Formats: sequence, C-alpha cells, structure tokens
Amino acid sequence: MGNAHSWLTAELERRGVSRREFLSFCSTLATALALPASLGARIAEALEHGEKPTLVWLEFQDCAGNAESFLRASRPTTAEIVLDVLSVDYHETIMAAAGHRATAALAGVVEKLRGKYLAVVEGSIPVADDGVYCTIGGRSALEIAREVCGNAAATIAVGTCASYGGLPAAAPNPTGALSVADALPGLDNLINMPACPVNAENLATLIVYYLTFQHWPPLDRFRRPTFAYGKAIHDNCERRAHFDAGQYVEAWGDEAHRSGYCLYKMGCKGPVTHQNCPQIRWNEGTSWPIGCGHPCIGCAEPDFWDKMTPFYAHLPGVPGFGLHTNVDKVGALTALGVAGAFAAHTVVQIGKRRWHERSAAAAAAPKSPEKGGRP
Amino acid sequence: MTRVVVDPVTRIEGHLRIEAEVDGGRVTDAWSSATMFRGIELVLKGRDPRDAWAFTQRICGVCTTVHAIASIRAVENAIGAEPPSNARLLRNLIIASQVVQDHVIHFYHLHALDWVDIVSALAADPAQTSALAQSISDWPLSSTDYFAGVKSRLQEFVERGQLGPFGNAYWGHRAYALPPEANLMAVAHYLEALDWQRDFIRIHAVLGGKNPHLQGFLVGGMATPVDPDRQASINMTSIQLVRDLIEKGRDFVSKVYIPDLLAVASFYKEWASYGGGVGNFLVCGDYPEDDGPQARLYLPSGVLFDRDLSRVHPFDGDQITEHIKHSWYTYEGGDDQALHPYQGETRPRYSGPKPPYERLDTDAKYSWLKAPRYDGRPMEVGPLSRMLVAYASGHERVRQLVDHVLGQLGVGPAALFSTLGRVAARGIETLVMAEKMVDWLDELSANLTRGDLRIHDNSKWEPASWPREATGVGWHEAPRGALSHWVQIRDGVIANYQIVVPSTWNAGPRDAAGVRGPYEEALIGTPVADPEQPLELLRTIHSFDPCIACGVHVLDKSGREVARARVQ
Repeated sequence: MGNAHSWLTAELERRGVSRREFLSFCSTLATALALPASLGARIAEALEHGEKPTLVWLEFQDCAGNAESFLRASRPTTAEIVLDVLSVDYHETIMAAAGHRATAALAGVVEKLRGKYLAVVEGSIPVADDGVYCTIGGRSALEIAREVCGNAAATIAVGTCASYGGLPAAAPNPTGALSVADALPGLDNLINMPACPVNAENLATLIVYYLTFQHWPPLDRFRRPTFAYGKAIHDNCERRAHFDAGQYVEAWGDEAHRSGYCLYKMGCKGPVTHQNCPQIRWNEGTSWPIGCGHPCIGCAEPDFWDKMTPFYAHLPGVPGFGLHTNVDKVGALTALGVAGAFAAHTVVQIGKRRWHERSAAAAAAPKSPEKGGRP
Repeated sequence: MTRVVVDPVTRIEGHLRIEAEVDGGRVTDAWSSATMFRGIELVLKGRDPRDAWAFTQRICGVCTTVHAIASIRAVENAIGAEPPSNARLLRNLIIASQVVQDHVIHFYHLHALDWVDIVSALAADPAQTSALAQSISDWPLSSTDYFAGVKSRLQEFVERGQLGPFGNAYWGHRAYALPPEANLMAVAHYLEALDWQRDFIRIHAVLGGKNPHLQGFLVGGMATPVDPDRQASINMTSIQLVRDLIEKGRDFVSKVYIPDLLAVASFYKEWASYGGGVGNFLVCGDYPEDDGPQARLYLPSGVLFDRDLSRVHPFDGDQITEHIKHSWYTYEGGDDQALHPYQGETRPRYSGPKPPYERLDTDAKYSWLKAPRYDGRPMEVGPLSRMLVAYASGHERVRQLVDHVLGQLGVGPAALFSTLGRVAARGIETLVMAEKMVDWLDELSANLTRGDLRIHDNSKWEPASWPREATGVGWHEAPRGALSHWVQIRDGVIANYQIVVPSTWNAGPRDAAGVRGPYEEALIGTPVADPEQPLELLRTIHSFDPCIACGVHVLDKSGREVARARVQ
C-alpha cells in the first residue's frame, strides 16, 4: 500500500499535479457521475491505495480509434494516472511483446487472474464462416473473446463496433460481424461504451467509478452508463436556443453557419442521439463536432450507419420549428424516418433484418439497470 | 532452417502475421499476411457519396484523417466540385498535423521499444543522462533531477512487479545496443511524447471538432466556417491557438524527436545495410499550394525504380494494378489477372486453414491483402519514398535536411535504402511538415483579413447538380504513403468504390509472378540472433509503420453478393 501511495505521489509530482488539484479532479469526477462531491475523497482513496487491477484490451474488427482515443484522455495529468493505475497486460497497439510472447501474456492473465481482471473489447466479432475474417495468433476472434471475456470480472465494449456491431455490421454485413453482446450471449457484467470512437473522458470515468465502488454505474436498456448516455445531445446543445428560435443553417458557410445557428436542416442527428458530447466535448474540452460546424451523425446509437444515413438528410417528423418541441417524440419518429429514406437503397434489407433480431433480443434480455446500484 | 511466426505483430494498427524462414541467423524468405477483413467498400454500395468519407474514415482510427480526405477528393473529382481556397488550407493543416503527430507516436510509442531497452535504463546515471541530453539539444527538460525522477518512477514501476504493456518483452536481448543513459533519455521522452501528442492533436479538434475521427469534412469543402468576427467560426482566437500548437509541435520535433533519432541511429548504423526492400518508390504527391486540379504540390509526385535517384519518372495512375494470386480473393477472369482499380473486383474467398491454426500454406493464398503493382512492379510507399522523390526532384528543404542527417551519421545516400533510412526519412518529413504548417495558417489568416470567408462549393452539393454517371479518383499522401480512392457514382449513389492503400502496397503478398511484396523483400537478409525472440525482424517491419486495417478492403464491382468463403 505504502508503495502504491508513494508511487502515485511521485507520479503526481512528476507531472506537476498538486495534491489539491488531484482531489479537485476526483471531486469533478464525482460531479460528472452525479454523485455527492464529498465522495471525491473516497475516489481519491481508491485510486491511491488500491492494488493495480489488471486490464486486457482486445482488438478484433477494429480501427484502433478507441485505443487512440484513450491516449487522448483529457485533464491530461490526472486522466493518464488513471491509465497508469491499471496494469494493462495486453494491448496489441502499445505492448512491447509480440507474437507468442504477447499471446502468452494474455493466456497468463486468464489463467492466473480468472474472474479478477477487466476485459476491454474494441471492434466487432465476425462469426460467419468459422470466424476466418479475424484471427489473431491463428485463433478466431470469437474463440478468444469467449475465453477472455468469459473469465473476466467484467467486460467493457468500447466504441460502436464492439457495442453494436458498428461499421462492419452495417448492411450487408459481409462477415457476419456482431457486437460483444450478440457474439457472447449470456455474458454477465458487460458494459457498452459506444460512440465512434468512445470519448476517453467517459471511459476513464467508468473505470474510476468501478475501482472506487467495486460495482458498475446504472445502465440504460442498451447497457450504457446513464452518466454518459442519459440525455440526448439536443437537450444540452449549445445551439439549442437557435433551434427553439427557428434559426437554422441553410447552406455551408452562410451567415447562419458562421453565427453558430442550429444544424438541424443540414442533417443533425442530435435530437435522437444520446451522449454527453456537448458537456464534456473532446480533446481536453477543446471542441466537439457540432461546435466545429458539422451536424451530429449519431455515432453513439445502435445501427447508426444504417439508421442515421444519409447523414445530410434532415430528420423528418419534427412538429414545426419553434418552442417546446418534444424531443422524445421527435426521437421516436425520426429513426424510422431516416431508415425509411434509406430503404430506397437496395442494401437496407439485411440491416433491417438485423435490427429486428436485435430488438427482439433486447426485449427478451433482462433489464440491465439493476446491474448498477447506488453507492 | 527455422520457421519463425510472429502473430500478432504488435505496436502497429491492425492484425498482421509474419512468417519467415531463418537459416544461419538470417532471414532467407518471408511472408506477410493480414488476418482481418471487414468489407467496407461493400457496405458503401448504394449509399450517398457525400456520406462515404465518414464510412471510409473508420477504416483506420490511427491515421484518422486519411480516408476521409481521399474520399472527398474522389467524389469532388467525380462530380466536379471545387473546394475553395480556405478549405484547401484547412485540409493541408489537418493533413500535416496528422503526419506530424502520427510520426512522433510511431517513433516513440510504436517503434522505440525495438531499439530502446527499458530495463537497461534502470542502470543509468541521471547526471550522465543529463549531460548526454544537453549535448544534443537545448530542450529544457534535461536536468539531473529530472532524469533522476524518471528513473525512480521507472524503478518503482518495475519493483511493483506489474510491467503491464512492457511485460514479457525482449529486454536484455543482445541486439539492444544503447548505453543505459540513452535508454533512460528515451524512456523520459516516451513519456513526454505521450503528453505532447495529446496536446498537439487539439489542432484537429479546433479544425474538425474532435480526434480521433474528426468530423469537419464535407464533399466540396469543409464544415468549419471561418469568420474573424464571429465566435462560432474559426476566427483569430482559434488561429492563434493553432499557431501556438504548431509552434510547440515544431519545438518538440526539432529539439526532441530529431536529436533522439540521430542519437539512437548512431548506435545502430548497421541497420543502414538491412531492410532495403524492393528499391522502387512511388509518390502520388500532396499539399496543393494553389486551387484547382492542376495545383502545384508542396511534396511532389514521382516514381523511382531500382534505387536510381538520378531519374524521377512521372507518376501515372493508369499504371496501377492489383493481383490476388496469393490473396484470399478470386477474379472472375482467373486469379492470374492483374486489374486496374476502375476494373477492380473483389470476391473474398478464404482458402486458408480453419482456425485455430499453426501455419499458413504460403505456397497458396495467405493474406487478406491484395498485391498492388505499378508498371508490373512492387513499389514501396511512405515517408522514405516521399523524401527520396522530393530529394531527387530538388526540393530545397528536403535536400538540406537529408544532407544534414546523412552528414551527422557519416553515411552516404545509399544508406537511405534501408530500415534505418525509413526511420530517418520519417523524422525528416516530420520536421519538414511541422515547419511548413505555419505558412498555410498565415495564408488562411490573410484570406480572413481580406474578407474571403468561403469554405464550400455549394453549387455541387445537391445530387441534382451531378451527372447521371460519374467516376473520380482521390489521391492523398497519408502518413504511411500513397493512398487512392476510386469512386463510380450512378443516379446519385455509389455504384462502385475501390481503395488502394499504403499498407496494401507495402504489406501485400506475392503477385501472380511470385514476386515478393516490400515487407517480404525487406526482411530478406535481416539477422535473427534468437528465433525465439525475433526482435530484429520487428525492427524492419515496424520501420514501415504497418497499418493493416487500412490495407484490407473489398469491392465487388458488379454488385453481386460476396461469394461465401470456402474453408479447407
């Protein structure tokens, strides 16, 4: 314990982070999680005195965008400590060992820390044709996922591909790509952290939450933590006032665009997308997609590549432009509407079938919020 | 004769497997195999071509801008949209910052551990490390106390017994040649570079909303409005922020990356004689300096054959073909064919072993990558190709820096055709681009001052303004080399989409004539002291900066269902 404590203190010093700043970070984290600020001290204690839990990061049909995103964790000095507080024993993008020495490291974790380590999965899992579309060390992604996630204390699906199948699973889903939930039915303790890629801030927060409380935060019906996915982008959008006032961008670069008016007519999917982008933004709070002038493409929602496209077609069904629009109503109408527009294209059939299957599966699945609980 | 298999090759993007024959301590033959396939081009069929950039962008989250750029250029080329000057400048800034950040991450976080022994750093004397650092650079973080702090942090990390991503590696391997002090300095800069990259890439957040997967792209221009008088646009405040980030970036590159590169390289000069590869280099060129299709390019296009720097051949996209004789695809007209991307077809047909497997049948098909050829020949693409073509074309700044680096290391231009040459060229390019960025920022600023606020060609936004049928190609020099997207549009939707990617050029398998691809050829002759620890093999493979998710792609030109894979 003392060793861990002095290690963290030394690391904080090396990074020029004062004790006060560290505690302030922990309180901020508590606030982000909608917890009483007094819990900041408890978070700090867990970070300082906990053993370094082991985490393995698996990449399947991925682009490494989530791995890259995690390297961009905001509040840099402290968020990176969150990285260091874990022992990342397997991560193909950054690990020194290669080949059988790498796979041996993974096997060692599964064997020695059965039921105690965290597994992160990035990328979808292709199950068609015996899994030949993704092999690592000669083994299929599905076989690896079964073994590693099946023996983990918990699995975090990062990014939209692992959470929902994502781009590889978009119609016509050539490789039978599945989300972790669909590839490993019955997997307990699975958390989905969608978005393309996951926002590093949210992932860091989730891990700290788990280390602090030893259980997961409340989840919604898509197994997403509500602290990050509980509200529609539209609800917190800095351009919302322009939507309510009926002030819209009509053409790229027009005066309304330069003035930061609402991007609804340019195709914004903010009304039907649930994520906290407007609050935490990206890259140390520097900006976010709508902030830079481009509509939201709905990347945190299931099947967004099929249901939110064409990206520049505006959402139908908004009952007039103006005050007091019921966003939930908008949401209910729109996803169907965009999919309907897309049905003009031939590729939609398989996507729709997959959607119905998933809907049925979601309805049959146990409601997940119970997995969380109060601190 | 020993068969060495490295799978997964780590510290890369994507899933790569290398099999090599080692005889008498040297690689005598090698096979490069990509083991993951998604089929993104198939997913693109029938979609709005204005959406394609977001789909293709997700091919890779490491080089997260490159497929977006190539895609919007391809569609613009097809429909005749002309992005205005501000969009060109914003794109140049985004592309250059991607290159700078990506190369630094590659050097420190993906490649350094092949040259730097972290455990050896524990034996370093902080005072001597400080003296070493101060002898090669005036970078301020160089005191004895600073390096003592890094060392004690490392000491505690190792003593805790949880080495995390540094566990199970090749520490103590006799191919590691750096003294402990150089290792400690490199470890310190590994950590600094982690912080630096996160800060520097905020340029992408300012210009594109976020990174990875920035979102400010549009067919016909950019979605980031510019206006000096508005808060919601790129204004003088954002330009100043980008200027600060560029300056900090340039400082890090010139005062940390380049001195480290020279210091490390001076201990590994024998690597200037390994990893030569195919000796043919292809560059499509990038960074338009003016508007319109015939713009002058800051980094010129060109082709070099047989390591001959005296003759730069003009680059001609018609000379590109792709082979699939050793790839898990089939061609309707037979697998010995070589097809140009516009005629390209891709029918995945897996014929490798059923997983789990130990060995691939490398006499047959063995990779999800195709084998691109130019004028029938395998070509290397990437920073080395770009710097060689620029050097041979008389690019002033590139010539200065290449000559400077060669002089510092005391080697001649022939040393460039090597593993070490790739490492050096990547560093040189990083500095060239970090220095150049400020010119484009000044130009953007001048446009704003003049009242030129255009960011988009609205005239071609609506599909009604497009021809019924159109084809286009988008060229781009990605961090890892020449990239091209080929699109065919019919009735407002994508009829065909084909991508020829840097890592396909470099990591592809043998062609129909049995000629090796660049990775495979570069491995021939590489020493391997211990087949159980093929560290040297990783050095050469990593010198190409593999990005395998990018390399694997598929398109069925005629719109048929993908053939069901057959498993032997």
